[in-house]
Amino acid sequence: MTGPLLRVRDLTATVTTRREVIRAVRGVSFDINADEAVGFVGESGCGKSVTAKALMRLAPEGASIALGGSVAFWGQELLGLGEEEMRDLRGRRIAMVFQDPMTSLNPVMSIGAQMADMLRRHLGLSGRAARERGIELLDLVGIPEPARRIDDFPHQFSGGQRQRILIAIAISCEPDLLIADEPTTALDVTVQAQILRLLLRLREERGMALMLITHDFGVVAGMVDRVNVMYRGEIVETGLVDDVFSAPQHAYTRALLDAVPRLQGAGAIR
Amino acid sequence: MTAAPLLQVRDLSVLFPARRGAPPVRAVERLSFEIAPGQTLGLVGQSGSGKTTAGRAILQLQKASGGSVRLLGQELTTMPAGALRRMRRHMQFVLQNPYSSLHPRMTIGQILSEPLQVHRSVPANRVRERVEELLELVNLDPTMMRRYPHEFSGGQRQRVVIARALAVNPDFVVCDEPVSALDVRTQAQIVALLQSLQEKLGLSYLFIAHDLAIVREMAHRVAVMFRGRIVEMGSADQVYDSPAHPYTRLLLDAVPVPDPRLQRERLRQAPPDLRFLEGDGGACVHGVDHEGAGTPEWHEVAEGHGVSCRYWPAGSSPAG
Repeated sequence: MTGPLLRVRDLTATVTTRREVIRAVRGVSFDINADEAVGFVGESGCGKSVTAKALMRLAPEGASIALGGSVAFWGQELLGLGEEEMRDLRGRRIAMVFQDPMTSLNPVMSIGAQMADMLRRHLGLSGRAARERGIELLDLVGIPEPARRIDDFPHQFSGGQRQRILIAIAISCEPDLLIADEPTTALDVTVQAQILRLLLRLREERGMALMLITHDFGVVAGMVDRVNVMYRGEIVETGLVDDVFSAPQHAYTRALLDAVPRLQGAGAIR
Repeated sequence: MTAAPLLQVRDLSVLFPARRGAPPVRAVERLSFEIAPGQTLGLVGQSGSGKTTAGRAILQLQKASGGSVRLLGQELTTMPAGALRRMRRHMQFVLQNPYSSLHPRMTIGQILSEPLQVHRSVPANRVRERVEELLELVNLDPTMMRRYPHEFSGGQRQRVVIARALAVNPDFVVCDEPVSALDVRTQAQIVALLQSLQEKLGLSYLFIAHDLAIVREMAHRVAVMFRGRIVEMGSADQVYDSPAHPYTRLLLDAVPVPDPRLQRERLRQAPPDLRFLEGDGGACVHGVDHEGAGTPEWHEVAEGHGVSCRYWPAGSSPAG
């Protein structure tokens, strides 16, 4: 286990839908080190979500995907891996949290059952152990009265709580890398701040690497060490987050930063 | 406010009746504000705060349970259906989702001619000309009129939605989260478009959004809603630079800032205690018996800048 946790080289992804064929990712290369948080910023259609899905060898909904290049996870090439081995890796070593917690959770299964599913499959826990672990995890992500709520269904939780539950499921097998794709976009601003704090805390407590995908420069600002700016399927700028914000090199990065609406001129918030 | 208001809302309330054992919901409670001609009032608050319901109740798309809405001096809440229909050309709606608010089987030209025909605002032989004019107004190519919504990007569709709202020359437009589905650069373009249209046409906007930064760019005055009530209202500068209500401060503090060092610091601070939001806030923080005195739960902190005395943390004082 030497080198970076994730080493991506010349990754290409061609997405085929019923209507069209899109070269969504056109040769991106990047590393994510263990314990590191890396942001991917860009507008819709820039390829940031497809890049994340490609790492897990998942296709966007209703489409098929063809991948090229190399994705090495702890030195192991993922693109040639069998589907069975890939399934074992997904969720266990690399986990993902998506934007919309309502569609990512199964509406007719209690959240306890959904958590147990993961824990039994990947960690081989017994029913009782999985339930206990589920309650612990709900507590960890800040769901009040977890023992009472574990048998509730997704619709019985608020949007912010559903996102917490998804995060709980994602970290349940202690993955090395958590991919969070727009994890706070559907949420109110105070709930967003809570989820960001939760992700920050979990990352520090568990030494988990984070790939944070967002269109919002404010969201990446406090969360990541490095940032990659994506445009039309390519990484157009990469650097330490402080450098990219203070001295953006690429015209596109500057345009994006300039378009971010500001609350006030000079950080007058207390 | 010096100019006679274009829109005057007084004690507007919306009550959703009890349903299947659930208690009735006071979605909007005694909302009062005015909007002057050519001005924008920003209405901010979290989801469920009642801001969308308020917008719908003002446009008479949602029945109010009490209060008054006057547009151009005319009372809307008691207006007969026929008169209200004629009144609708003065007030229009721009919604959040530019994907679902345009009919997929209608060309852009058909979409834009529809309101012109409904309101008979131009003679039949001038409809085409007016559609071209509208497309130009929102900076779209008039040749677009033969094409269908799916051929356009989110930002272009939102321009079409805006053009449709403007087709009948309204005085007042309710914009409900008009840019929240768009990318940040497209957002900036739509905001600039709305501003230039306001200048050109003297429009008044009620601009509803959960994004406080966008509202700051758009609004002359801002009202902060929480649980169906306005808890603070003032000029944009007053509310953003010297927020007086703890809920407003909470909202402003939660907005991520695009400055890594500052934002890291903020995320590391102890999270705010949100428990004070759970109760109804109890008694007036100033110790005034509003119910007994029959006065609104409202206190001026500066000229044109007021704050509700409800939903303050226990033991806090407005001075602190």
